Amino acid sequence: MKTSRNTQMAGTYRAALAPYSVWSFLFVLVPLIFIAYYAFTDNSFSFTTENITRFFTATSNMVQEDGSTREVRTYLLIFMRSLRLAVISTLVCLLMGYPIAYIMARAGEKAQKTMVTLIMIPMWMNFLIRTYAWMTILQDTGIINGILGKFGISPIHIIGTETAVIIGMVYDYFPYMVLPIYSILAKLDGKLLEAARDLGCGTLSVLRRVVFPLSLPGVISGMTMVLIPSISTFYISQKLGNGKFFLIGDAIEGQYVANNLHFAAAIAFILMLILLVGMTVMKYVTTRYVYGGE
Amino acid sequence: MKKIIELKNISKAFDGETVLDGISLDIHDNEFITLLGPSGCGKTTTLRIIGGFEYPDEGDVIFMGERINDVPPHKRHVNTVFQKYALFPHLNVFENVAFPLRERKVPKKEIQEKVEQMLKMVMLSGFADRRVNSLSGGQQQRVAIARALVNEPKVLLLDEPLGALDLKLRKDMQQELKKIQKNTGITFIFVTHDQEEALSMSDTIVVMSEGKIQQIGSPTDIYNEPVNAFVADFIGESNIVDGVMLADYRVSFAGHTFNCLDTGFGKNEPVDVVIRPEDVDIVPPEKGMLCGTVTSVTFMGVHNEAIVDIRGFKWMIQTTDPVEEGAYIGITLEPDAIHIMKKSKYSGMFGDYSSFSNELDELSNPDEGEEA
Repeated sequence: MKTSRNTQMAGTYRAALAPYSVWSFLFVLVPLIFIAYYAFTDNSFSFTTENITRFFTATSNMVQEDGSTREVRTYLLIFMRSLRLAVISTLVCLLMGYPIAYIMARAGEKAQKTMVTLIMIPMWMNFLIRTYAWMTILQDTGIINGILGKFGISPIHIIGTETAVIIGMVYDYFPYMVLPIYSILAKLDGKLLEAARDLGCGTLSVLRRVVFPLSLPGVISGMTMVLIPSISTFYISQKLGNGKFFLIGDAIEGQYVANNLHFAAAIAFILMLILLVGMTVMKYVTTRYVYGGE
Repeated sequence: MKKIIELKNISKAFDGETVLDGISLDIHDNEFITLLGPSGCGKTTTLRIIGGFEYPDEGDVIFMGERINDVPPHKRHVNTVFQKYALFPHLNVFENVAFPLRERKVPKKEIQEKVEQMLKMVMLSGFADRRVNSLSGGQQQRVAIARALVNEPKVLLLDEPLGALDLKLRKDMQQELKKIQKNTGITFIFVTHDQEEALSMSDTIVVMSEGKIQQIGSPTDIYNEPVNAFVADFIGESNIVDGVMLADYRVSFAGHTFNCLDTGFGKNEPVDVVIRPEDVDIVPPEKGMLCGTVTSVTFMGVHNEAIVDIRGFKWMIQTTDPVEEGAYIGITLEPDAIHIMKKSKYSGMFGDYSSFSNELDELSNPDEGEEA
């Protein structure tokens, strides 16, 4: 009797899950298989590892600051640059986002709702429009320099620098850092903070020894959610970096536009593998050493 | 005994609603003192003011002769055992107990020794590496006590610490807490709404209601000599009857004049008369000082609990003799069974069992959970 009911339950469960299974199969698994398939085939769809090797071995000459040229491994350089910019953006998001998330979590109920809305509003706007908006802000004759000029300060050059690219990335992915941290902090039991104070902790100590460690799951999911899209982002660097900081996402897009589907797929495949390994390590570290993981 | 904490005329309001109304209380060194009262009486707020989590609107908190109104919690020589323990879930048992020591940068070796000693005291040796979430309620309770005592505070505050435990465990922990208090000599300030718990553990009980202290005294004082109908009703069961004090040692109620032990009331002063259910003797009707009809009998294990209608007023009587519903019985009262109280604003509100049922009684004394 009991078993039959359990089987029945499992049946219902599976039936309810079916649409999602079909969806994931069609729109997640199949495309991934296609990417892998393209990555390991040439234009006539016969097996080759050439695209993969090309990612690691392709070289080009880069003009250095002193005018001399240097031979570099093109795609590795681009990948490392993407990684570096993504890591910097993630850290900036974290440093800016954590205090805001903390303030939000401790604010009154009404203020919390307002702040969550304010954080989310930029996400309602198209990504391209947001990036164009930053162009007008950061340009040499843009809004920032206009304001500086009014105060008699000489214009600063931001557009076309790495800083501009980082500003763009931080702006775009900031909500993904704030919201997970906020949702963890908002749920934090106030009694734990009282207990810490009761046991001798001043304000800073409470933050360092109780609030921060308990919010680590939020910090880690925030970092993942910013790091991964910013590593594979494109367009931001083209528009805000004046195309000088070609990122791995731009490389994929470039190859795709140039109809090099197989090489584009190979870059995407390698990027995916690297991210997958990175996430697995992160997850392992989380479950192993961070509260709430076990 | 030396005074360790003095509360002087403390008042506190939240959003214009008075929670504490002129509380004055002396707490002595090495004392087990219990703040007892129903939900919303202000006992938890009083505790939080002593702990430093709330500041009084008026009045002073004196700690060993020093005014500490504005001293933040981490600078007070007071530690708290929280209602739901508030253990740190990201730390194991050892680190939870070591938490305050690490804050004071105590040397490692000393931390190791002290934590082990504390865990031994609460009988959790060998649990040091366990995650706190894997412990039972009783074990978590012990960790919370060890963590609060490891700093050797002058005063330990306990906010309904046994509320979440089942009855048996609760009784064991009561014994244990009392033992720990005796052995360490630390002053315990214990908050509860459970009068039995208060009676069995405390040196001193402070009965509170509506933000005011109703009575301070030893458990026997509070039980035998309640000052008003509220205290008489809250501590144990009581029949509270309107009476008139005819003269010293003479009181009249329920249509009969009794001898009693009380003096000092005005001639013919109206008073509240308290008779504990266990102090009533059942006799045949012809020998009774008062007579009435048994309207219900509940078997309680050790005794029977009978509700008896005497001239329209329902009395509760506890007796080990068999009684039957519908029987017409007489009762007698010894002089020492009668306790006289002055009339108060609580007169007439308590002590009548006409609508009594055990179930209702429990409903009106719900587990308070989280009281502000």
